[in-house]
Amino acid sequence: MNPLLSVTGLTKSYGAVEVLKGIDFDVAAGEKIALIGPSGSGKSTCLRCLNFLEKPSAGAIHLDGERIGVRLGRPMSDRQLAPQRAEMGMVFQLFNLWPHLSVTENVAIAARKVRGLPAKEAQELALDMLAKVHMTHRADASPLELSGGQQQRVAIARALAQKPKLMLFDELTSALDPELVHEVLKVMEELAAEGRTMLIVTHEIAFARDIADRVLFLDGGRIVEQGPARALILSPREPRTQAFLRQIRH
Amino acid sequence: MSGLSTFTMILEGLLAGAGVTVAVTLASLLLSVSLGFLLAIVRQFGKRRMLHALIDAYCEIMRNIPALTHLFILYFGLASIGFRLSSISAAILGLGLIGGAITCDLFRAGFAALPKGQAEAALAVGFTPYRTIVDILTPQAMRIALPSLGNYAVQLLKDTSIVSAIAAPEIMFYARSMVTSSFQTTLIYSTVAILYLALALPLMRRSACSKPGTRG
Ligand SMILES: Nc1ncnc2c1ncn2[C@@H]1O[C@H](COP(=O)(O)OP(=O)(O)OP(=O)(O)O)[C@@H](O)[C@H]1O
Ligand SMILES: [Mg+2]
Repeated sequence: MNPLLSVTGLTKSYGAVEVLKGIDFDVAAGEKIALIGPSGSGKSTCLRCLNFLEKPSAGAIHLDGERIGVRLGRPMSDRQLAPQRAEMGMVFQLFNLWPHLSVTENVAIAARKVRGLPAKEAQELALDMLAKVHMTHRADASPLELSGGQQQRVAIARALAQKPKLMLFDELTSALDPELVHEVLKVMEELAAEGRTMLIVTHEIAFARDIADRVLFLDGGRIVEQGPARALILSPREPRTQAFLRQIRH
Repeated sequence: MSGLSTFTMILEGLLAGAGVTVAVTLASLLLSVSLGFLLAIVRQFGKRRMLHALIDAYCEIMRNIPALTHLFILYFGLASIGFRLSSISAAILGLGLIGGAITCDLFRAGFAALPKGQAEAALAVGFTPYRTIVDILTPQAMRIALPSLGNYAVQLLKDTSIVSAIAAPEIMFYARSMVTSSFQTTLIYSTVAILYLALALPLMRRSACSKPGTRG
């Protein structure tokens, strides 16, 4: 079967600095991949290249067989990219909820304006998605009134409402107080159990071990090691992976 | 004649100009806000370097030439090459064009204050750049710019007094002509001051409410 997402030769440079040095991996439909690695190894950049929030310097990304960001050999504009981006839900470290809109509206607005759903259906969809992340009780609140954990769960609902083929998570618990991490990870486990395709950048190694099918270890802009989650985290082969995992466990 | 009735007479005379003052303020406010918003959008989100340079030059020129000079160019200058504007249109146009440069900066500051993640989140859900600007960035930038726009509106109201120089029949114009005929200089100009304060009051209260640290 063809992979849902395929990344080949992904390279990204900022000026003379090469941050990604040729990344290759596939993600099958329903697969959950954790992306781990030291700070500055290029995890966020890699994720952001997938939906072209950063423009890759070289390489190709295919989602469901369709080339992302390039049409007829020419780079696509942000306007042309919009429908492709809508196929990928993204959750950011700092939530990035829109403070001028209510919680429900944060989740509903794209359904109306991107997918053209009638207002009532978009509203219902938003409430369904908020139920999934256990945020129905704050549907009318402003994002500014919510705790970090609650904001992040709304951000997850916003991405879910896109009905994306693939979900991208960039360190979604790193900005949270420790006591709020659990509620977000619980939601993630529930999503994983639904068979969604998820690409998760995380520093929570235990979480990666339990939730992911496969782990990619990134260092210095390359995938140094990859393999089944449990095996890679319990008995890494590469010295750099070993050093990283030892250090993160203190 | 009693002091009170003199005051009433002066006030009545000045009120004849208040309508023009208010109309010129509102019309030039509308012009400057529309122009400034448009310029800010192009300057902030447009990709053409050439347009950026033009807008920067426009703002720089408008800010660094005295308003009176502008008015004279529009009113006397254009008339001398056969293009005659009424004093009121010249006033609205002059103040509006200058205001466009001022409000352009205010709107740009509003857009610049928004975290990058706001636009990124919008693009990530599949918004086009246009929708991102309209639905996500502009409402937030407006909120940020509102207090300074309020201050600008008060400034504009006061600045309309200079358009008496091109004989637009507003408050200051009537004040001056009354002074020449009655010599009640202090009383007339004090009344002018009170009148401007009264007109500015609704605008001032509005912008004061949104200043940080004051409770509304
Ligand atoms: N816009 C940019 N301009 C220049 N350099 C950048 C830019 N964005 C990222 N970098 C650099 O690219 C490298 C990889 O950054 P990236 O954010 O992808 O790392 P990361 O693995 O996500 O790290 P962290 O765990 O700290 O989030 C870093 O050295 C960073 O300084
Ligand atoms: Mg990162």
